[in-house]
Amino acid sequence: MRLSTPALGSSKLRAPARPRAVVSRSTWSLALERFAYNRLALAGLALLGVLILIAVFANFLAPYNPIKRDFSITMAAPSNLHLMGTDPLGRDEFSRVLYGGRLSLYVGLASVILAMAFGVPMGLLSGYFGGWVDGTLMRLVDLILAFPGIIFAIWLVAMLGPGVNQVILANALFNMPGFARIIRGSVLTMKESDYVLAARGLGAGDLRILTSHILPNVLAPIVVLASLTVSDAILTAATLSFLGLGAQPPTPEWGALLSDGRPFLRNAWWLTVFPGIMLTLTVLASNIVGDGLRDALDPRKVLKRSPAG
Amino acid sequence: MLTYIVRRLLISIPLVLVLVFVVFILLRTLVPGDPALILGGETASVERLAQIRQEQGLDKPLLVQFGIFLGHVVQGNLGRSSITNEPVTERLWVALPVTLALTTSTFIYIMILGLTIGVVTAYWQDTWLDNVVRVLSVLSASMPTFWLGLMLMLLFAVTLGWFPVIGDLSPRGLFLPTITLGTGSAAGLGRLVRANMLDVLGSDYVRAARAKGVRESRVVLSHALRNTLIPVVTIAGFTIGGLLGGAVVTESIFGLGGLGTLAIIAIGTRDYAVIQGDVLFICVVYLMVNLIADVSYAFVDPRVRLQ
Repeated sequence: MRLSTPALGSSKLRAPARPRAVVSRSTWSLALERFAYNRLALAGLALLGVLILIAVFANFLAPYNPIKRDFSITMAAPSNLHLMGTDPLGRDEFSRVLYGGRLSLYVGLASVILAMAFGVPMGLLSGYFGGWVDGTLMRLVDLILAFPGIIFAIWLVAMLGPGVNQVILANALFNMPGFARIIRGSVLTMKESDYVLAARGLGAGDLRILTSHILPNVLAPIVVLASLTVSDAILTAATLSFLGLGAQPPTPEWGALLSDGRPFLRNAWWLTVFPGIMLTLTVLASNIVGDGLRDALDPRKVLKRSPAG
Repeated sequence: MLTYIVRRLLISIPLVLVLVFVVFILLRTLVPGDPALILGGETASVERLAQIRQEQGLDKPLLVQFGIFLGHVVQGNLGRSSITNEPVTERLWVALPVTLALTTSTFIYIMILGLTIGVVTAYWQDTWLDNVVRVLSVLSASMPTFWLGLMLMLLFAVTLGWFPVIGDLSPRGLFLPTITLGTGSAAGLGRLVRANMLDVLGSDYVRAARAKGVRESRVVLSHALRNTLIPVVTIAGFTIGGLLGGAVVTESIFGLGGLGTLAIIAIGTRDYAVIQGDVLFICVVYLMVNLIADVSYAFVDPRVRLQ
């Protein structure tokens, strides 16, 4: 919070300006300001934005149909006609990479949203009610964390059968504990605060206290964790697809594209280089944005520069 | 110390039991169809199916079945592969050394590279060297393991021919898989060491050491680094655990026949007995590694023991 000082220096005589009240600003507007001054984070956001736009408008940007085979031009090296070359079935790699982003980003976002849908209520209930609710839910969290994440995902998908939805589910399940834990921790400190006591004194019920008083105040760690989890989820999804457990042919997905290109490493490098670059850029961008959000939303960070002063 | 180890061991026992139960129940509930057929495979003979039903007590209630399964697991009997008919444990024993060799070499690589990066970037803080290393480490943390593996293979094995395309257990054969698996973690460790090192280098006892004329290399490597190592020990344990997961992918890229490759091949052939045994085995190893990490952490930092 900043104290704003009334403008001085005017030569005219007038009654001393009454000091204005402390300008109260929400965490979010302060965070936005901090984020806006973080050049690296802005660059990451711009890159992520471009990648999302490419994925969303893939149907307009892609020069060819990503699953249409053309056996007259198989395994062609990158050229003006095919920017990223063609695959062994004569499909345009550039179009496939553009479309591939759709699935990778979708899986990343969907996994995180689902993980939050499970994890946030778990953390809220666990922290707020304590006792056996807390005990039970946290043992469940411990159990999930006792498995190595990727092995757990592979095992689950092996049981459920390969597919994008199974990958999302597996991803969500093993990212859920992170949300549950971090929210539980915040709620534990939050529920003892005066404003919760005040709300209770005014007759607010548990549900109301949880949803309209506690939840808005634990949003910051949720946002940070979510943004950092997206990149993890994208990576895991790509890994599972690479192992043949995610997106199934002929659907283009970056992990699957890399897996398809792998046998042709010796004679068609473009099939493994380009999808990997896109994947790395996406993960890099969301990591940078996540780091930026963490710095921006951390209340301990002092605002280094402010536009007013 | 001993009580801490015993207590920590006792906590792990129920965890292992629950783990075995989860693995057991998931296979029974998530995979549709006759459990005997699932374990025996599509091509199993009628006699083999009857044998599986009898061995696993498939006509008995689910809880009894779990008891039988648990008994088998404790005795080291994880069933037979539905494809090769070998005992699953035999295949695990063949695969284990490969995974161990890979994770060990990677662990050494991570420690050496991570500590070097951390110390160098902290000592020459905010110089071009620091910035270059930091950019590289962010980049390598964002790079998917399997892609890094493919790119290393493309450059060093396919194009330059310095290393074999298919890995083996020789130092040359393990080189690319080790770098693939370890670089991301090494970068992470480097960041951690850098942050801790910066704290320590600014502390009073380092200033005191310098003031009394201790050689600079000794100040950094002996006085400062030693106190940076405490958080490293914790991270190290979890790193090994994480490596077990990452090894699955790395092994499959370089054709190393470890536990990961075994699982992937088994999934491809729907060899559920092998998948089940493999996952169980990896998870138990993972738990054990975490246990050792916790204990060694308590060994380094006495405060942990007293909690």
